Amino acid sequence: MITKTTTLLATAVLAAGALAGCGAGTPSAGSTTTAAASTSASTPALSGTLTVFAAASLKATFTELAKEFEAQHPGTKIQLSFAGSSDLVTQITAGAPADVFASADTKNMAKLADASLLDGAAVNFASNRLTIAVPPSNPANIAGLSDLARDGVKVVVCAPQVPCGAAAVTAEKAAGVSITPVSEESSVTDVLGKVVSGEADAGLVYVTDVKGAAGKVTGIPFDAADKAVTTYPIATVAASKNKELAAAFTALVSGDAGRKVLSDAGFGAP
Amino acid sequence: MRALAHRSRPAAYTAVPAWIVVPAAIGAAFILLPLLAMALRVDWPRFGALVTSESSLAALGLSLRTSAASTVLCILLGVPLALVLARGRFAGQRLLRALVLLPLVLPPVVGGIALLYTFGRQGLLGQVLTVAGIQIAFSTTAVVLAQTFVALPFLVLSLEGTLRTAGTSYEAVAATLGARPSTVLRRVTIPLVLPGLASGAVLAFARSLGEFGATLTFAGSLQGTTRTLPLEIYLQRETDPDAAVALSLVLVAVAVIVVASTYRRPPGETAAPREPAPEGARP
Repeated sequence: MITKTTTLLATAVLAAGALAGCGAGTPSAGSTTTAAASTSASTPALSGTLTVFAAASLKATFTELAKEFEAQHPGTKIQLSFAGSSDLVTQITAGAPADVFASADTKNMAKLADASLLDGAAVNFASNRLTIAVPPSNPANIAGLSDLARDGVKVVVCAPQVPCGAAAVTAEKAAGVSITPVSEESSVTDVLGKVVSGEADAGLVYVTDVKGAAGKVTGIPFDAADKAVTTYPIATVAASKNKELAAAFTALVSGDAGRKVLSDAGFGAP
Repeated sequence: MRALAHRSRPAAYTAVPAWIVVPAAIGAAFILLPLLAMALRVDWPRFGALVTSESSLAALGLSLRTSAASTVLCILLGVPLALVLARGRFAGQRLLRALVLLPLVLPPVVGGIALLYTFGRQGLLGQVLTVAGIQIAFSTTAVVLAQTFVALPFLVLSLEGTLRTAGTSYEAVAATLGARPSTVLRRVTIPLVLPGLASGAVLAFARSLGEFGATLTFAGSLQGTTRTLPLEIYLQRETDPDAAVALSLVLVAVAVIVVASTYRRPPGETAAPREPAPEGARP
């Protein structure tokens, strides 16, 4: 027993000596040490792979922010997975290896919080609002929300079960308008697709969707959209094995860098 | 008659080595276990209420109606297509067969996009249809078209195989006896391949029932008009996973009934069962 411990100790001492020797032998040893020290002072040495589950509407912005993060912290890798918020919640609940979750609504984030699957509280980092999307030629001459209730206008919305549909119902109620849609889609992407392809005369989508569609649809803002603003929260998942990295990424998203990228894409302040 | 005599001989030797049973059992479990897992997740006390809700019944009714319509359309279009592919001899026949079977391997969403650019308002035929006053997008017709698109190859493939197996000797005899081609088709060919046609139609019905991607892309989703059972399940999953599981089980049950109704006997075997009918089958 004693011999074993002694051997171990000896090995440790030898190893430490060897390491120190190496450091001393390197020409730029002094500068390296200082650099390392200053890095660890601002952020603890970050490394490893971070898996981020984010709502589909965050695809463009989070892809950009992940690149920015990887550039700021060499040796880290951000893996992004985009889907509908409720799909992602289902996956995380089923044990999917997510470190960070960014939801398109507070309701889906609350599902994880209620199931004690979050590490700490969620932070709201952005907001989004509805707008009317029409094909560039605007075949039905839509000028506002009330035009969507006209007979013969083909309107596509999200089903009330999904966040964008819930927001649409709220906006309709606030404006006192009753729309009879030709289709209630399961995702805002499908609504946008029907408008882009010209099948629908108009659709209710997010401001960021119109901006992302880059000219394929025209956005027509309406007042009642103020009553149906959705909030985007982000949080670290309790099962994450790299919580420091998760916290650093969350800080980037909710900080100034994130704010800039998100507002460029049309997202509002939280 | 020879075939029947062969079948009635006792099965003394099977060409299947014993060890095959193990991977076969794993294969069967691979298909059955997920279905069992789903059945175990069903909220049985609420099952009745979940599957008889207004939206569920509307979706189930729409699914059955559209699948029946698609099956009829598949028969009307698929039988001639299978006949041409099995009996005809023309340039590009192989290519045509390969292309007709394409929807089998295409992701349904691709089918939906293709249909959209054909029958949609801005599509290839859309302009003509609009002038004719026909609006297909967002209508039940769109659902039927999407289902027919994905289900047609199943019927064609199944029937073409049966036609080739049946051979042309009976048709040739009928023709030498003076029957005209249409008479041969009606009196000889179709009765001969009826079991194959039936199983092909059932496959087409089952595939139509499960259609999801092309419908979602091409037809949209509106209760009672275009929201079939798979689309309803997809939507219910968002808010009420219990309802989604319950409806999934209903879809599985309908599919099992449909498939079992034709696969009680191996396809093509029309002889009456020799063993006494099982207890449950007696009136």
